[in-house]
Amino acid sequence: MAMHLLHAIEELKKKVLALSTLVEERVADATRALELRDSELATQVIEGDTKIDNIEVDVEEECLKILALHQPVASDLRFIVAALKINNDLERVGDLAVNIAERTQFIASQPPANVALDFSTMATKARTMLKRSLDALVENDVHIAREVRTSDDEVDAMNREMYRAVQSALETQTDNVQLLIHLLNVSRHLERVADLATNIAEDVIYMIEGEIVRHKTEKYL
Amino acid sequence: MLSMTQFAKEESDDFAAIGQNPPDDSHLATSASAPPREGYATGNDAQRPVIRASNVDFFYGNAQALFDVSMDVPRNRVVALIGPSGCGKSTFLRCLNRMTDLIDGVRVNGSIQLDGEEINRPDLDVIELRRRVGMIFQRYNPFPKSIFENVVYGLRISGVRDRRALEEACERSLRGAALWDEVKDRLKESAFELSGGQQQRLCIARATAVNPEVVLMDEPCSALDPRSTARIEKLIGELRNKYTIVIVTHNMQQASRVSDFTGFLYEGRLVEFGVTQTLFTKPIEKETEDYITGRFG
Repeated sequence: MAMHLLHAIEELKKKVLALSTLVEERVADATRALELRDSELATQVIEGDTKIDNIEVDVEEECLKILALHQPVASDLRFIVAALKINNDLERVGDLAVNIAERTQFIASQPPANVALDFSTMATKARTMLKRSLDALVENDVHIAREVRTSDDEVDAMNREMYRAVQSALETQTDNVQLLIHLLNVSRHLERVADLATNIAEDVIYMIEGEIVRHKTEKYL
Repeated sequence: MLSMTQFAKEESDDFAAIGQNPPDDSHLATSASAPPREGYATGNDAQRPVIRASNVDFFYGNAQALFDVSMDVPRNRVVALIGPSGCGKSTFLRCLNRMTDLIDGVRVNGSIQLDGEEINRPDLDVIELRRRVGMIFQRYNPFPKSIFENVVYGLRISGVRDRRALEEACERSLRGAALWDEVKDRLKESAFELSGGQQQRLCIARATAVNPEVVLMDEPCSALDPRSTARIEKLIGELRNKYTIVIVTHNMQQASRVSDFTGFLYEGRLVEFGVTQTLFTKPIEKETEDYITGRFG
């Protein structure tokens, strides 16, 4: 019985990792499309989402199967619960990559806005958080997960800065409202990617320590 | 033996209810895993563990079967004992009402108290002890008598003669064992006419007819089909309002379903004892984790 369960968990782990690799790539592609104003790359991101959706459903079914057939306990149970939640978060990150790609298609069709928005730094930060949260998952490393949690504040701050920049630009560039709102949305989407990376990191902490740290400030700093 | 400081460090709140110190009601009222139940008495009596085993060693001849086992069994709670075959869980259970007396050449060190009274005292009335601490076995074992006579057997041998008192006790016990509706019209039939699951519930009725404080159950469902098992498990949930239950089971899902506290024994030692929910989601000891996740050995 234990052998079957271990095998099933290994298989599930592989699927979650495959999904996370794919989602990471999509976010990278979406932000590159934004920086390069590459509409074609953006379209590829949008069209690739179905694959992510399919894997998400597959992973969820796998989790339910393991719960029903093996009734896992202790660390096995915590892994399945974490996998279910991370799976959900990854799918949402995939959707955000699509959202960014959709904004990019519009943004690329317009002349560049006259506003200084450093998407490059913000996107790098959010992508790093996502990557690190998945590293924490793969390496079972609670320290990495904690680092991710603390990075979230920086991305939040960047988002607020973007908001202020767009707000003041809106006051002068009244003929550019649509473009500016799209840019603001991109900032918002990147901030959400960082939030979901934080969720994943929190699920990893739960998986390792059995402690639910959501909605709690980090005491370990 | 598990040190209480270790408990305190890891799980201060939950373990306070089962530790060396008597639990207090305010704690039980707030603990998510041990919700207060109706009829749960207040005052000192309720706070004191029903059974307190301290540093129990047990020997079959020269072979030591239990090593320094200490455990408090809280009143009106279900305690499950799990562990691989030969880990000592049944031996420990049998120590609690001195069923081990029936075996030659056994020796027990340490202390086992029932309501503060040492049960290994030489002058203790063992029959009375077994009335207060009843036992249900793996293989249901009704007597070759009628259903009625099985239930009232304990009362008869303790001298109750009044027919009405016996009938009332019989009905009360059979209702308590969720068997009354099935047998009320055939009380004079032989107990062997009943199905396996019914016979086991009859044994529970027999054990509870004498108003015990503690009911020990040694693999009570292992000879039963899933449906009968479910009925017994439901019954355990009801019985714990009146009695304290200690159950030995090989079935870990059963332990997690029916118990408030779980003890894991391995090679005669109590490796871990804690709130069931915690033990099955976040065990402290690696040996416990390995056993309950099936990664043993």
